[in-house]
Amino acid sequence: MTVNTDNSERRVVSVIVVNEASVLSRITNLFSGRGYNITSLTVAPIPDSKYSRLTIVTAGSVRVIEQITKQLHKLIPVLRVYEHDDIVEKEMALVKFSISENITEIDTLCQAYNGKIVNVSESVIITMVADEPKRIENFLQAIKRYNPKEIVRSGAVALER
Amino acid sequence: MQISGAQMVIEALIKEGVDTVFGYPGGAIMNVYDEIYKQDGFKHILNRHEQASIHAAEGYAKASGKVGVAMITSGPGFTNAVTGLADAYMDSIPLVVISGQVPMSLIGTDGFQEIDAIGISRPCTKHNYLVTDAADLPRILKEAFYIARTGRPGPVHVDIPKDITAQIAEFDYDFALELETYKPHVKGNPRQIKKAIDAIANAKRPLFYLGGGIINANASDEVRKLVQITGIPAVETFMARGVLSHEDALLIGMLGMHGSYAANMAMSETDLVIGLGVRFDDRVTGKLSEFAKNADVIHVDIDPASISKLVHADYPIVGDLKNVAGDMLSQVDKINSDKYETWRDTINNFAELHPLTFHEDTQRIKPQWVVKRVGELLGDDANISTDVGQHQMWAAQFYPFSRPRQFISSGGLGTMGFGFPAALGVKAASPEKTSINFTGDGSILMNCQELMTAVEQKIPVINIILNNNYLGMVRQWQTLFYDKRHSETDLSVQPDFVKLSEAFGGIGYRVNTKEEFDAALKDAVEKNVVAFIEVIVHRLENVMPMVPSGGSLFNMMLLEKKETK
Ligand SMILES: Cc1ncc(C[n+]2csc(CCOP(=O)(O)OP(=O)(O)O)c2C)c(N)n1
Ligand SMILES: [Mg+2]
Repeated sequence: MTVNTDNSERRVVSVIVVNEASVLSRITNLFSGRGYNITSLTVAPIPDSKYSRLTIVTAGSVRVIEQITKQLHKLIPVLRVYEHDDIVEKEMALVKFSISENITEIDTLCQAYNGKIVNVSESVIITMVADEPKRIENFLQAIKRYNPKEIVRSGAVALER
Repeated sequence: MQISGAQMVIEALIKEGVDTVFGYPGGAIMNVYDEIYKQDGFKHILNRHEQASIHAAEGYAKASGKVGVAMITSGPGFTNAVTGLADAYMDSIPLVVISGQVPMSLIGTDGFQEIDAIGISRPCTKHNYLVTDAADLPRILKEAFYIARTGRPGPVHVDIPKDITAQIAEFDYDFALELETYKPHVKGNPRQIKKAIDAIANAKRPLFYLGGGIINANASDEVRKLVQITGIPAVETFMARGVLSHEDALLIGMLGMHGSYAANMAMSETDLVIGLGVRFDDRVTGKLSEFAKNADVIHVDIDPASISKLVHADYPIVGDLKNVAGDMLSQVDKINSDKYETWRDTINNFAELHPLTFHEDTQRIKPQWVVKRVGELLGDDANISTDVGQHQMWAAQFYPFSRPRQFISSGGLGTMGFGFPAALGVKAASPEKTSINFTGDGSILMNCQELMTAVEQKIPVINIILNNNYLGMVRQWQTLFYDKRHSETDLSVQPDFVKLSEAFGGIGYRVNTKEEFDAALKDAVEKNVVAFIEVIVHRLENVMPMVPSGGSLFNMMLLEKKETK
């Protein structure tokens, strides 16, 4: 009968919600109001349905994660909450480089991370990679020496196996 | 039929069986008030402040077990109501609150009396709606009532723009709701229930920990039987007062910060906590790591999120308590009540060692005496509401409650100003009982304008003001934990409470002696009009015993022995 004070862990929580006006603010309010953190959040409609799917990357102790899933469930427009270990997780990143960088090397790197050059203009190129969030981290580490001008990460999406 | 949004509101309320609506009109809700004028399906009570309308609806809901309804206008009308919404949310009180909003075309333009009501009410309601088409109103109102009263009850807020109340659309209320995403668990898992019963049968020192969820579930009868048949002692939370009768020998008392020594010691020594409709609030548990340290925990609640939120449940059971307690009753033959004889003796010894009591004073009336005296004179014939402070704790400690829904108080939010308007709602719901509000000289001023409502509507609430010339509860903490620096809690400057009541057309009494008190109460009950009975009580009385904030239940500050005083 003791209080659990175990350590914080990264977790992915997927939430299926009814598509309606204020549903996203209900979810983000819940996180801020109860002091849970959001590392990333993505949301998009599920095709041919009245539902949307949110993927939330969060961190917390086992107890906190359990509370998060239960509190999410309590929201009226929430249909289902998944909090799985066994998931496929992907994230996308867009990175802008100066055209004067070594484009061949950058392109090779991108390909190693399921990516490519997606746009070329007079002064810059934009690359895209899509991979596990952990590998996206590695990629972003690796490209540092090519002086990326801007980086956009999509946040993770996930599907249980 | 084709009717306006405003007419739909009226029709829906009537179809829901609403007989009383509390509210206050204004620009954005005027179309609805125009329809209220034309109808006679329910009574509207005009409070004199929107906060009071919500508290009155809460009192009504708690006393009747039905959904309370309040109606307010946009902007300041709504913001005045927010404290009430938060109060109802914390105490799981079923309400439907309907507010007006600026017309759709003005939303988002900082229009006159526009405020993002849905944004504000979101964290303090069970659910809320902004209506954007009158055609949605029947469904939304039906859902609102359904959501408010089912599962873990709570307030639901419906915000209706003014043009929507004028819009004509089809109204049909006789349809079945389909809420794919909201399906409260009602039936407890039979395997879990069986395991829990086995655990009880094997325990040596089990203890019922009874909470307000029992009252919400109307499960007091089942719980009373469970306690009686098993012979297992029980403690009640503040919110559960009245679940067991004060005459029940197995009721040890209230636990928590101002619980009795015996109740808190029992909780500290038990080997199996049987939590029914409780939420392990910090005012109940004290220091969590020391709470029921040697016990396994059975936790029955309708709200899965309450289970293992603060204290790990070894036997979690999600379900409606009326069902679960009923299921438990059908298996209690496995439990041998004789087995707990020594455990009951142990607890009785705790109670004898430090009984819940107070010391009389020859000079001044003690506030606890007033509560006890009202109990002796009115007992079961009164419904008791309270404000917030020392008087509230004394009411919970010393009133002889005999039934659920008899005690109505702001527990979770601790809202000063709750008591008087709530008592109006209580009286409206249950006119055959005397409605008493124990209040303080601080709290009563936070909604004293309700004297006007009470006079106009002839609602004879008796407010007993335990006047200690202090914000007493804060003063007590300052005395105990801030080296007696009584910062901004001295209320020596006061209104004439008797004249205040009389100015509105009520009656008032100032009482200095016990004889005067008896006479005043008798007179107020007979006169049957709203009353203030101001009782001049001992100024520096503290609520005892007490678990200092963050301390362990077994480490209580106790009432000083008489000789050392
Ligand atoms: C709206 C609100 N403001 C402030 C408080 C903090 N507070 C809790 S008890 C209390 C004192 C109440 O004084 P009084 O009504 O005279 O009751 P007493 O404690 O003296 O019996 C205060 C200020 C509160 N609970 N609610
Ligand atoms: Mg006072």
